[in-house]
Amino acid sequence: MKNVAIACLTVVVLALGLYLGLKSYLGEWSGVDETVIEKFAEAANRPPAEPLINTDQGDLLLFFFLVAGAAGGFVGGYYFRELFPPAVKG
Amino acid sequence: MGRKHRTKLVFCMAAIIGSSPATALAMHISEGILPAPWAALWFALSIPFLYWGLRDLRLRSETSPQIKPLVGLVGAAVFIISCMPIPVPTAGTCSHPCGTGLAAILIGPALTVVVTSVALVLQALFLAHGGLTTLGADTFSMGVAGAFVGYGVFRLARRLGAGWVIAAFLAGLFSDWATYSITSLELASALHGDGSFVHLLITILLAFVPTQVPLGVLEGFLCVGAYQFIRTRRPELLSTLALGGST
Repeated sequence: MKNVAIACLTVVVLALGLYLGLKSYLGEWSGVDETVIEKFAEAANRPPAEPLINTDQGDLLLFFFLVAGAAGGFVGGYYFRELFPPAVKG
Repeated sequence: MGRKHRTKLVFCMAAIIGSSPATALAMHISEGILPAPWAALWFALSIPFLYWGLRDLRLRSETSPQIKPLVGLVGAAVFIISCMPIPVPTAGTCSHPCGTGLAAILIGPALTVVVTSVALVLQALFLAHGGLTTLGADTFSMGVAGAFVGYGVFRLARRLGAGWVIAAFLAGLFSDWATYSITSLELASALHGDGSFVHLLITILLAFVPTQVPLGVLEGFLCVGAYQFIRTRRPELLSTLALGGST
């Protein structure tokens, strides 16, 4: 019971800290690829090229996400017991 | 490999395509950033490790058939972890852990190179995360450096008498930092032009610090949590550790 209380408290504190951090910071939360890698690449006249398949258009990424999530969830659930069988008692 | 296991592997890897609904936020070097000779060099340096990993997979699967589904599962984990953007309030940016430290202590560093390269190909093709021309550089920084440093740190810590919690934490921490250090090296070596290579290397490393120092710590805890889960539920899987990368 004590461990559960400590775990709950930790989760609440972390969630609160994250919420306040996100709320108070005015940055755009860009990735380090943009803020670091692309910044130096552009300074050296080597800007990134267009990706071979650009899935960041409309709902295309959402489509991939849903298809992958549905298939992955099914396969993962189907084989979960094989990879992680329940502990044998006794 | 049996048809059943092969199907599982293919599904596990393919099914996680698009797991991140966000655009790439990562250490991955995007398409076109590296000049062709540098891109080719990193491919050349990565290919022997990839060959070693594939050979390791074949040899280990002869004695341990369960290694293939485990490799598929670890590959899926690496894929998801390495494209999961995490906001870092200290820097106001997002970045991601790599998962290669954890993978290395579970399946060995050579096999980690294999699963990392598969994950990176899928990310480059479907998530605009990294690129095909920079695949060698990304594989080397995340797969080779991250895996071998994580694995080496884990083994060294255990040999020095550290408990598995400390060892797993250090593996996650240093594999993350090693990945970003090598990414900095790859960028600085290719982009310094007429300027100083060392100066650019230090500048890029320092630019990564606000994000990657806390994220490395997070990756350490992630590594401990996942290792604890495996240790509790399937301790026999950890017996593969003894063979990891040694064949």
